[in-house]
Amino acid sequence: MTARSVPPIRKELVVAATAERAFQVFTDGVDRWWPRQHHIGDSPLARAVIEPGVGGRWYGLSQDGTECLVGKVLVWDPPHRLVLAWQITSDWKYDPGFVTEVEVTFVAEGPKTTRVVLEHRDLHRYGLAEPSYRKSIDSPTGGWGFILQSYAQAAAT
Amino acid sequence: MANHTVASAFAALADPTRRQIFERLAQRTRSVNELAQGLPVTRPAVSQHLRVLTEAGLVTHQRDGARRVYRIDPRGLEMMRAYLDRFWDRALAAFKTAVEGE
Repeated sequence: MTARSVPPIRKELVVAATAERAFQVFTDGVDRWWPRQHHIGDSPLARAVIEPGVGGRWYGLSQDGTECLVGKVLVWDPPHRLVLAWQITSDWKYDPGFVTEVEVTFVAEGPKTTRVVLEHRDLHRYGLAEPSYRKSIDSPTGGWGFILQSYAQAAAT
Repeated sequence: MANHTVASAFAALADPTRRQIFERLAQRTRSVNELAQGLPVTRPAVSQHLRVLTEAGLVTHQRDGARRVYRIDPRGLEMMRAYLDRFWDRALAAFKTAVEGE
């Protein structure tokens, strides 16, 4: 599989709200929709946060007070467009040198109708380098173990 | 390489024996015989499970003399992509509920 053959993940949905509200809930209100079971810390997630503006941090705050970074804001253009850096590697760790992009656009289609398009791209960067791969499979709770669990959960629902 | 779908990867790992095989291969490479030794299934059954895992793009093998040695497909891209695909489905469904609430 070559790098270019890994297609981005693309999701599209229409919500019954203004673009302003959709943008606001996606960012400021991230804690209201972020799936709890996807927290990467050791302690349960207390709060999910996307700080406003370019360079704002995107992180989960654990109940024990530790911050688990997910990435940062790359483009902040309310209420139209948001680009986030998703910097979680395949061994389920934040890595400042690893970047995939999540772009979200909000297009008003009516007074209270907004089309939300999400694209998660650069996924070819998950081509696993040998050292990181070794490390990840040795970890029962992170990496592959975590992904397996997710698979199991998803398959069971 | 076959065009593996997210659905086939999920389906392949939905079976507990296949998940066990996959986990054992995550520890290290093994032959069919080595896999069969630790599992309550026959060698042909293990081969069949390996075929499903291979077709789903999760496992690959190489020849070592007369025997085949199996390992997890180290590219892992399809798995990661499948995982993230599920993640965003779940997250955006919750997002829609949050936006339209109140």
